[in-house]
Amino acid sequence: MTYYSLVFWLFALITVGSAFIVVMSKNLIYSVFSLLLTFFGVAGLYVLLSADFIAIVQLIVYVGGILIVLIFGVMLTGSVLTEGLKTNVTNMLLGSVATGALAGLLILLFTNNNLYPNTQVLTPVPLKDISRLFIVDYLVLFELLGVLLLAALIGAASIGRKEKV
Amino acid sequence: MTEITLYHFLVISSLLFSLGLYAMITRRNSILILMGVELMLNAANINFVAFSHFGNFGASGHLSALVIIVLAAAEAAIALAIVLNIYRTFNTVNADEADKLKE
Repeated sequence: MTYYSLVFWLFALITVGSAFIVVMSKNLIYSVFSLLLTFFGVAGLYVLLSADFIAIVQLIVYVGGILIVLIFGVMLTGSVLTEGLKTNVTNMLLGSVATGALAGLLILLFTNNNLYPNTQVLTPVPLKDISRLFIVDYLVLFELLGVLLLAALIGAASIGRKEKV
Repeated sequence: MTEITLYHFLVISSLLFSLGLYAMITRRNSILILMGVELMLNAANINFVAFSHFGNFGASGHLSALVIIVLAAAEAAIALAIVLNIYRTFNTVNADEADKLKE
C-alpha cells in the first residue's frame, strides 16, 4: 500500500462522507460547514491528480468565495430564533430510488468499460500550458468569462439591493 | 490494496454527483438546492481533471475545470441574490412555497 493510495482513500472518505452529511443533515449550518470539508477533499483529489493550480483555485474560489456567500445566505434568510435553522425534506422515496439508480448506473458505466487508458501518467501539466491555452488558443472564451463575471456581479448587486429602482 | 486508477476517481465523482442530485430532489430549502448544484459541478470538475491526468490530454481538461469554477462562482452570486429577494417578498426560502411570479 503506497502513500499515494493511502492519501487517496483519506481524501475520498473526507469528500464522500462530508457530502453525505451535507445532504442528510437536518441543520442548515451543519450542511454548510460539511460543504467546507467537501471542498477541501475535492481540492486534495485535484492535488493527487497533479493539478495543483486547480486545487488552489478551488480553495480560493469555493472556500473563500462561494462558501462565504452561502453562509451569508443562510444567515440572512433563516429565522434562527424561531425555527432553529431546521429544514424539512420532501420526495424522500422518489429521490432515494432515483439517485440510487443513477449512482449504480454511472458506476456500472464507468467501471465496465475498458476504453480508457489505465496507466498512470506522471507528467504534471505545467502552469505555463494552462495560461498559454487561455490567452492564445481560447482568448475569446477568456474575455467572455470576464464579461460574464462582470455582468453577473452587477446583476447580483442590482437584484439583491433593497430599494426599488 | 490495488493501484489507484482512473476508475477510483470516476466512482468518487459519481457518488458526489448522485448526492448532489439527491439534495436537489429532496430538499425544500433553496440554499440547500444550491449546495446540491455545487456538489454536482464539483463532480463534473473531478471528471474533467481525472480524464486529463490519466488520458494525458495536456491542459485542456484543466482549462474546462477553470471555466466551470468561474461559472459556478457567477451562478452562486446570482442565485443567492434571487433567494434573498424571494425571502424578502414571500418570507420563505422553500422552493415549493414561492410559486407566484408577482406579489
